Amino acid sequence: MTTNTQITRTSNLPKIIHYAKEFLFWFVLIATFLFSIFPLYWMFITSLKPRTDVEMTPPTFMPFVDYQPTLDNYVDVFLKDRAGAGFAEADQEATRKISEFPTTLTNSVIITTVTTILAVLMGTLAAYAFSRFQIKGEADMRFFILSTRMLPPVVVLIPVFLMFNQPGELVNNALQNIPISFIQAFGESIKDFSLRNSYIGITLLYITFGLPFVVWMMKGFFDEIPKEYEEAAMMDGYSRLEAIWKIVLPEAFPAMLATSVFVVITAWNEFVFVLLLNRDNATTVPPFLFSILGYGQVEWGRTAATSVLFLIPIIVFTFLARNHLLRGVTFGAVRR
Amino acid sequence: MAEVKIKNLSKRFNLDSPLAVDGVNLDIADGEFLVLLGPSGCGKTTTLRCIAGLETQTEGEIYIGDQLVNGLPAGERDIAFVFQFYALYPHLSAYDNVAFPLRAQNLQKDEVDQRVQQVAKLLRIEKILKRRPTGLPSGEQQRIALGRAIIRRPQVFLMDEPLTNLDAALRTDMRVELKHLQADMATTMIYVTHDQTEALSMAHRIAIMNLGVLQQVGTPLEVYNHPATLFVAGFIGTPPMNLINCHLNGSNSLSDESGAFTISISEIQNLKSKIQNPNAPLMFGVRSEDISVDTAEGAGEVRGEVIVREPLGDETIYEVEIGQNIIRVKTEPTLILNTGDNVGLNFAHDRIHIFDAESQKAIKF
Ligand SMILES: Nc1ncnc2c1ncn2[C@@H]1O[C@H](COP(=O)(O)OP(=O)(O)OP(=O)(O)O)[C@@H](O)[C@H]1O
Ligand SMILES: [Mg+2]
Repeated sequence: MTTNTQITRTSNLPKIIHYAKEFLFWFVLIATFLFSIFPLYWMFITSLKPRTDVEMTPPTFMPFVDYQPTLDNYVDVFLKDRAGAGFAEADQEATRKISEFPTTLTNSVIITTVTTILAVLMGTLAAYAFSRFQIKGEADMRFFILSTRMLPPVVVLIPVFLMFNQPGELVNNALQNIPISFIQAFGESIKDFSLRNSYIGITLLYITFGLPFVVWMMKGFFDEIPKEYEEAAMMDGYSRLEAIWKIVLPEAFPAMLATSVFVVITAWNEFVFVLLLNRDNATTVPPFLFSILGYGQVEWGRTAATSVLFLIPIIVFTFLARNHLLRGVTFGAVRR
Repeated sequence: MAEVKIKNLSKRFNLDSPLAVDGVNLDIADGEFLVLLGPSGCGKTTTLRCIAGLETQTEGEIYIGDQLVNGLPAGERDIAFVFQFYALYPHLSAYDNVAFPLRAQNLQKDEVDQRVQQVAKLLRIEKILKRRPTGLPSGEQQRIALGRAIIRRPQVFLMDEPLTNLDAALRTDMRVELKHLQADMATTMIYVTHDQTEALSMAHRIAIMNLGVLQQVGTPLEVYNHPATLFVAGFIGTPPMNLINCHLNGSNSLSDESGAFTISISEIQNLKSKIQNPNAPLMFGVRSEDISVDTAEGAGEVRGEVIVREPLGDETIYEVEIGQNIIRVKTEPTLILNTGDNVGLNFAHDRIHIFDAESQKAIKF
């Protein structure tokens, strides 16, 4: 009897704790959501504001309510300033030249696409080998691969710059020591070769940045796929390569897509190296964004519009990949 | 259709690890159903994988038919392997899973289809051919895996605990079905399991392994009635065979250390001639069904106290304590004894076993 009454008397407490937990959960969730979404929202509405509204105090938050949205900023993204003068709309539209934006956006797309495809392909194959074969010194190799991610990339900024500046000359200097004429001639011919201001150079660099991540992600993933899949195929008369192509890759595709999202975002957003190495050619959008912040008064509306346009491809890609993303990331939970 | 010969097969995974398979010799006849039986970790799977070519043996030779297959890649051995977890390809339909081995042979589409339908009918999976394996019940996944194995009409089937993931009722059905399937196809089968019921009910012959060493090969009745080693005696049969440490006592009896367990057996003279050292430690073995209970006062070859009663419905098992030893006795369910009762036990003398406790081998007498 006594235990019964005790239960009814105290039974409200767990309920209250339950609701408190629920409340706290949603509160934290919503707060985090607002906190991370607000900058994006601010960027978006700023891109729609007429110049006069951009720096207004107190700030305005609601398009259509607080101000009449305009696409002027988006037009400005594609047009150049009159040299030196910050105010874009002061020019006659007809006389203004097309800006760097279309070119740099194209470069961004090319460089990111090639980087992602190559890094994910090579990394996947390396990860497969690490997962399935006994490799001498495998632990050391894997540690080395991981260790390249331990330094912040800027640490290698200067060595990379020197290496990229004139690798041809470095090779030539070495080759000139060899007293064989055609080797020296070959050295001469590549003397001026440079990896700066080129698609190849920056793509190589981004692949280098992306590979360790891909290898580690995919290794973990392959460890989860029972090796019996390929073994079954190999028993049935397929070669290992055929087994990989027909069985492993289709299985691995979601994980590859999930991994590639990270590679895409890293390459797409990279700023410091491309600013330093590709100032004149094969420049991507981040340095361009920086350059329009550059002179005179900052044109926040135009900057925001550029950022929005820069963001769209990533959003589209992530959106298309979203179903696979979930499967790829949660693959470890699949029952064998 | 082929026989399989295994000569001196050994496998060591790492230099510092013990042998996973230790000098196994095995001849499997064409069309035979051989079950490889043993406890977990005894090297069954490793042996099977060596035969399949998925693992390279450290030593030894494997022949399939007349061909020495050492070094031949798995795909060229004309063997089908059914894995414990089926290894069905999740991104392919049941149909494509079954057809997968044929696709490697570049057969005509019509022929592939015809053979898939034929196998599907045999295994009763026609209705699920379009489905992907992932969502299907394990019994049907099992059938798809079998389909993938038999469609190629290989020389040898290798199956690694294929029924382990099924529930008990389904397992019993599949046991019968697999046995018929193998008999119909008359294809050599090497079947791995740690379940002795499976082994005893399906096999033509059973090969029992322990710690990488082959203990005995024989028909189910042979290994049950004449276990060659102590391990086999203890592994086969439920409850396991009663085993009692003992030694020769004088000229006509066996007894344990304390003397509480002493029986005289007429074969003893014969036994004496089989062992060099008359003081050698021996092991006396008798199955629980080969013991009878005598409740009369003072009767029985040995006497002991009933300590546990396990009624199983069609039979009752009593544990009887005799000195340091406990003997399990299988009786009719009508015999009711109470714990604490003092009873006499008689042994069927033509069905007792004596083992050399040192070499662990049976002594035939
Ligand atoms: N790839 C491997 N690397 C190292 N050791 C292994 C490997 N595979 C198996 N072993 C070892 O070899 C021994 C035999 O293993 P095996 O898988 O053949 O046993 P099993 O009889 O099939 O057991 P189970 O009933 O658990 O499947 C075990 O001790 C195991 O730890
Ligand atoms: Mg096994």
